[in-house]
Amino acid sequence: MSTTWMIVLIVGAATVALKGLAPVLLGDRELPAPVARVNGALAPALLAALVAVQTVGDGASLTLDPRVAGVAAAVVALLLRAPLLVVLISSAGVAAAVNALT
Amino acid sequence: MAAGARDVAPIAFAALVIGVSYGILARDAGMGVVAPIVMSLTTFAGSAQMAAATVMQDGGAVAAAVTAAILLNLRYVAIGVSVAPSLRGRRARRLAEAQLATDESWAISQDSGRVNRERLLGAGLVLLVAWTVGTIAGVFGGSALGDPATYGFDAMFPALFLALLVGQLGDGRARAAALAGALIALILTPVAPPGVPIIAAAAGALIALKPPKEATP
Repeated sequence: MSTTWMIVLIVGAATVALKGLAPVLLGDRELPAPVARVNGALAPALLAALVAVQTVGDGASLTLDPRVAGVAAAVVALLLRAPLLVVLISSAGVAAAVNALT
Repeated sequence: MAAGARDVAPIAFAALVIGVSYGILARDAGMGVVAPIVMSLTTFAGSAQMAAATVMQDGGAVAAAVTAAILLNLRYVAIGVSVAPSLRGRRARRLAEAQLATDESWAISQDSGRVNRERLLGAGLVLLVAWTVGTIAGVFGGSALGDPATYGFDAMFPALFLALLVGQLGDGRARAAALAGALIALILTPVAPPGVPIIAAAAGALIALKPPKEATP
């Protein structure tokens, strides 16, 4: 088997298992209140981490590149309560412009 | 399910564009045409697929590519715990339904601290189609397009997560968890392997262990 297909197979199987682990093992039983509260706070914690890492992360280092300008544009668009599509297009547009200028 | 499918339309647009970026990256990394498409259908997790392709492009070993992708996807164990109470049916069905949980479908199906199953599945299906169609377009048409960064596509991913995050910051605990998560991830990025900072950021949610003020006598 080629290297590529080995990666596709292993990562695919692992991801199916990781996603399915809790739903299969826990069933649909309700979580105790403190666990449920932590669960509710997981989305903001993980999403904020993804924003941070994907804005200034580059492998194992932090870097400032046109993505920062793109995300700043998204912040402005969000403050102006622009629709999501406008937020996304302005982030890409500004990042592309900065990328072209630098 | 229809509500989830409708609300996800702008997110699907982003998934499509990021799918194109992934297709281009995967083809450049020497993954061929079929493998990236199969991976989008089966792994269905953008950041892990991007990471695996990047490692391959840099000439890394299979073990390195697999480790990077699995580390990035470890957060799906936490997401799985979060969706588990909302899924229905037998184990095989729950396993299948859980595959439609992505960062995006999970984020938009949050409904006062719980996951709305209908929205999760509707959004997940739309995203799977958009992501796969984007990948197909990327592997076949990417060479005409060139470097995705030229178009600012790489800024769209964090912008999307930011927009999803803004919808989650309803109370003080959520804001504190978000701040803690971002700080943990930033501090760990230079010192930990890719993926680990994101998983560690889940600890930011522990701020919510403290009961809400209304509940204290």
